[in-house]
Amino acid sequence: MMYFLIRRTVGFIATLIAVSIVVFAVMNILPGDPALTILGMDATDDALAALREDLGLNEPLLARYFGWVAGALTGDFGLSHSFRVPVSELISERLAMTISLAVAGMLLTLLIALSVGIYAASRHGKAGDWVTMFISQLGIAVPAFWLSILLVLLFAVNLRWLPPGGFPGWSEPVAAMRSLILPTVALALVQSAVLARVTRSSALEVMRQDFTRTARASGLSQRRILWRHVLPNALVPIVTIVGMQFAALVTGTIVIENVFYLPGLGRLIFQSIANRDLPTVQALVMLFAIIVVTANFVVDLLYVLIDPRLKARA
Amino acid sequence: MTLLTAHNLTRRYPLPRTKLLGKAPFLTAVSNVSFEINPGETFGVVGESGSGKSTLARMAMAFEAPDDGTILFEGQDIHALNAPDLRRLRPDFQMIFQDPFSSLDPRRKVGWSIAEPLRAMGITAPDRVAESFEQVGLHAADGDKYPHEFSGGQRQRIAIARAIITRPKLLIADEAVSALDVSVQAQILNLLMDLQDSLGLGILFISHDLAVVASICDTLLVMQHGKPLEYGPAVDILQNPSHTYTRSLLTAAGDKP
Repeated sequence: MMYFLIRRTVGFIATLIAVSIVVFAVMNILPGDPALTILGMDATDDALAALREDLGLNEPLLARYFGWVAGALTGDFGLSHSFRVPVSELISERLAMTISLAVAGMLLTLLIALSVGIYAASRHGKAGDWVTMFISQLGIAVPAFWLSILLVLLFAVNLRWLPPGGFPGWSEPVAAMRSLILPTVALALVQSAVLARVTRSSALEVMRQDFTRTARASGLSQRRILWRHVLPNALVPIVTIVGMQFAALVTGTIVIENVFYLPGLGRLIFQSIANRDLPTVQALVMLFAIIVVTANFVVDLLYVLIDPRLKARA
Repeated sequence: MTLLTAHNLTRRYPLPRTKLLGKAPFLTAVSNVSFEINPGETFGVVGESGSGKSTLARMAMAFEAPDDGTILFEGQDIHALNAPDLRRLRPDFQMIFQDPFSSLDPRRKVGWSIAEPLRAMGITAPDRVAESFEQVGLHAADGDKYPHEFSGGQRQRIAIARAIITRPKLLIADEAVSALDVSVQAQILNLLMDLQDSLGLGILFISHDLAVVASICDTLLVMQHGKPLEYGPAVDILQNPSHTYTRSLLTAAGDKP
C-alpha cells in the first residue's frame, strides 16, 4: 500500500515536471517576439532591446525555465503584458468561477448519469432502456456550445426564466447562482450522456455475475441489489471515465465561459491568446495541465478505495 | 406435506428469427417435467449440458417463470406470489451456485455477505453469523476477510454458510461442486450431507456428473434435451437403468479415475 502511494506520487510529480518543460518549450520556441507584440510595429530598436532586457528575454533558455518554475512554485507567474497586473492576481480572481462551474458540472453529471445508467440497466432490453439510450446517443452527438445556444434561446430569450449570460459577482449570491445554472447544465448534459452509457454497460456486466443472483435469492429487493451490489462493483470503469470527464469539464469551461460571457479562466485564456500575453497563457496552460494531471492522480487513488482486490495487490 | 412439487413444467426460449414473416422459432429448454421433493430428501437432477437442468433450477428459485406448469413450495405456487410475498418466502429456499469465485460480492467482507440474507429479513444476529461459520467448518474470525483471500473450496463453504443462515427448508445446489478439485468436491459433498442430517434440509442437487449424484441422492431425475427420461429412487435407476442414455452416463461416470 505504502509502496503504491509512493510510486504514484513520484509518477505524479514526474508528469508535472514533464508538462512544465513541454509548456515552457512550446511557448518560448514558437516564433514571434513578445517585445514586438507589446510595443507594436512602430517601436524603435532601442525600445525593443530595452524591453527584451526588462522581460528577461536575453537570458539563456534554461535560466529562464528555472526562473519561471521557481516563480511558479511560489505563486509568482510574472506580470501580464496586456493587463499590466501580476498573472497570479488575474488567476486568483477567476479561479473560483471556473472551479465552481467544473465541480457543479461534475456533480450534475454524476447525478444524471448514475441514475439514468442504473435505470437503463435495470430495464435492460425494455422500452425504458431503449428510450434513455436513444436520448443519450443524441446527447453525445450534440456539441456543448450548440446546446448552450439552444438553452439560452429557450430559457433566457423565450421563457425569460434565467439570464442569457454575464455574471453579477459573488456579492449577489442568488443572482450569481442563477447565472451559473444554464452553463452548468450545458456542461453536464453532454458529459452525462457519455457517462450514463458507461454506467449502464458496466452495471449490466455486474448484473450477469452470480453474486447478483445470490443477492436476489436472499430476498433482497431489486433496488437494494442495484445500489448495494451492482453500482459499487460497476464503479471502476465509471471512475476512470469520471476522471477523464473532469478534465474535459475544466477545459470545456473555455467554450462555455465564452458563450455565456462569464469571467473565468476560460475567458481569460481566450483573451490572453488574442492579446499574445505570453506569461498569462503559459501560466494558464500549466494550470489546466495541473488540474488534469491531479484529477488522474485522484482517480488512481480512488481505485484502491473502491476495490479491495486492488488494495491487496497495491 | 411435500416440500417442492413441480407439475408439468415447460419453458421455451425464443430464438432469433430466421424468416421475416411468421413466428420466431423457439427452443424448448424444459418440457413437461414433474417431480416432488420431500423434507430432508436429497433429490438429484442429472443430465449433460443443455439438458435443461439449470433452467429447472432457475424456475425452482423463481428467477424465471415457466411457460406451462406450476411449482408449489409447501403448497404455495411461487410464481403466483407478488414480489413482496415472494421475498418473504425466499429465506425458506436458498441456492448455491457453480462458481464460488463469482457468487460472492468481491467488494464485501465475507462476514457482511453471510449476514446479508438476515438483514434482508430485518434481523441482526451476530451469533447466528458465527454459528453459520462454524457449521461449514470456518472460523468466525474469517468474516473480516474478502472473498479473494479464500480458496475455491473455502468460498463454496462461505456460499453454503450464507445459504443456510436463514435456516432454509430447501437448498438448491446447481453444479455446486463442478468447479472444484476432486478432493475438495468430496469435502463439500460431505459437508452438505452433514448439514442435511443436522438441519433436516431438503436438497435439490443438480449435476452433469452421475458419480457425484449417485453418491448422495435418494431420488433421481435423468434429463436429456429438456425431457425427463427416468425418475425414481436413485438405487433402482443406478442398478437398473432403463434407458441407453442413463447407461452411457453411468459408463462415463465409471470411467473416471
